[in-house]
Amino acid sequence: MSENRSLVSIAGLSREKILYLMEMAHEFEQHPNRKILDGCIVATLFFEPSTRTRLSFETAANRLGARVIGFTDPKVTSSTKGETLKDTIMMVSNYSDVIVMRHYLEGAALYASELTSVPVVNAGDGAHQHPSQTLLDLYTIIQTQGTLENLNIYLVGDLKYGRTVHSLIMAMRHFNPTFHFIAPKELAMPDEYKQYCVENKISFVEHEDFNEDIIAGADILYMTRVQRERFSDLMEYERVKDVYVLNAAMLGKAKPNMRILHPLPRVNEISQDVDPTPHAYYFQQALNGLYAREAIICDVLGITLDDVRADKSILNS
Amino acid sequence: MVAAIENGTVIDHIPSDRLFEVIRLLRIEELEHDTVFIGYRLKSKAMGTKSIIKIANRFFSEQELNSLAVVAPKVTLSIIRDFDVVEKRCVELPHEIVSIVKCNNPKCICNNEPMPTRFIAAGHVLKCYYCEKEQQLSSVKLVESL
Repeated sequence: MSENRSLVSIAGLSREKILYLMEMAHEFEQHPNRKILDGCIVATLFFEPSTRTRLSFETAANRLGARVIGFTDPKVTSSTKGETLKDTIMMVSNYSDVIVMRHYLEGAALYASELTSVPVVNAGDGAHQHPSQTLLDLYTIIQTQGTLENLNIYLVGDLKYGRTVHSLIMAMRHFNPTFHFIAPKELAMPDEYKQYCVENKISFVEHEDFNEDIIAGADILYMTRVQRERFSDLMEYERVKDVYVLNAAMLGKAKPNMRILHPLPRVNEISQDVDPTPHAYYFQQALNGLYAREAIICDVLGITLDDVRADKSILNS
Repeated sequence: MVAAIENGTVIDHIPSDRLFEVIRLLRIEELEHDTVFIGYRLKSKAMGTKSIIKIANRFFSEQELNSLAVVAPKVTLSIIRDFDVVEKRCVELPHEIVSIVKCNNPKCICNNEPMPTRFIAAGHVLKCYYCEKEQQLSSVKLVESL
């Protein structure tokens, strides 16, 4: 395989590549509907359900004129008959130009990308990586703050198991951020990521409290869900479950530019009264998933930013 | 205590609790025509007890010998010709270790597909190439297919 353009991990993306993909996503924000992928077939292989991610990828492919094949429920595929991932990938590679894959096993996307010359986009591999989520988060940050540089990013909730917050730290290492980790002890940021921050000279502060004063310095407030099943001690869960809930009253001292992000779905960690405030940005963030994924699909197919800028297939939306 | 060999390879200073893994790694059971002497739990001043393997008429590749570093990083190797030690050296942990170590993450793809495992070594830590979970060299388990 001469060149594999797959996107399997955020860790390997350089600063230049991230900024390049941001520019490409911006082009798609201007003109999301095109025929630039006319004649292409995008396979979406979802070995575990993820309606939101699948719809976003499929919308991205459809809005660029590609056709989509795939499955959303592995129960209907041969994997329930014992077919290996390798065989599924080899088979689908015969039919498609790009494979978007969600899998419950960690490292599945990297392995799949080694098996085929068809580019593979990791749409989540277990608790490991979900690079398209990170790229849409970055795009949202740049869209709301005008830059990725020197920002104060506050991560709130489940920082132990939260794949999105771990990947965000890795991606932001190029941009001199200051992180604030706000979590209960049981779900605190794991040592390996704090060590990663130290090694990459990323400043960070840890808090257990979550209140108006703590978040007053935030440019980005990234909320995540605190899930009951993550706690070994349910008394501890009962104690903290309402501590990491954001409501409108806590936004009194927030900076005007501060925006609240959330990978969705939310349950109760952001009160409904936050939605009408100018700080709420999680639904626009989800929309940015479309532009980021349009950029990702084009990039892995070898379509450059110049190609996108010169594209004459733009449709009126 | 363990007979001398005329030609072959001697692997000394094997921690006794790792002897059988070394036997597996070098596939000694498959060496049908060569004489193999195994000394198990021999007294050692430096190690308390140690084990030793002498394999007649068999010379291993650099790669095979270095793979021993995964389970027994402090073994010493002697290459014997005409009863003389013509080369003596230690093993070096390879940067990349393929199809030897089992990933300790049950949710890693390499534990769920018929595929080679792959690890990147950094000091005393091995990192799975696929799931990126790390494990200490001192506690690795070998793949069952060895």
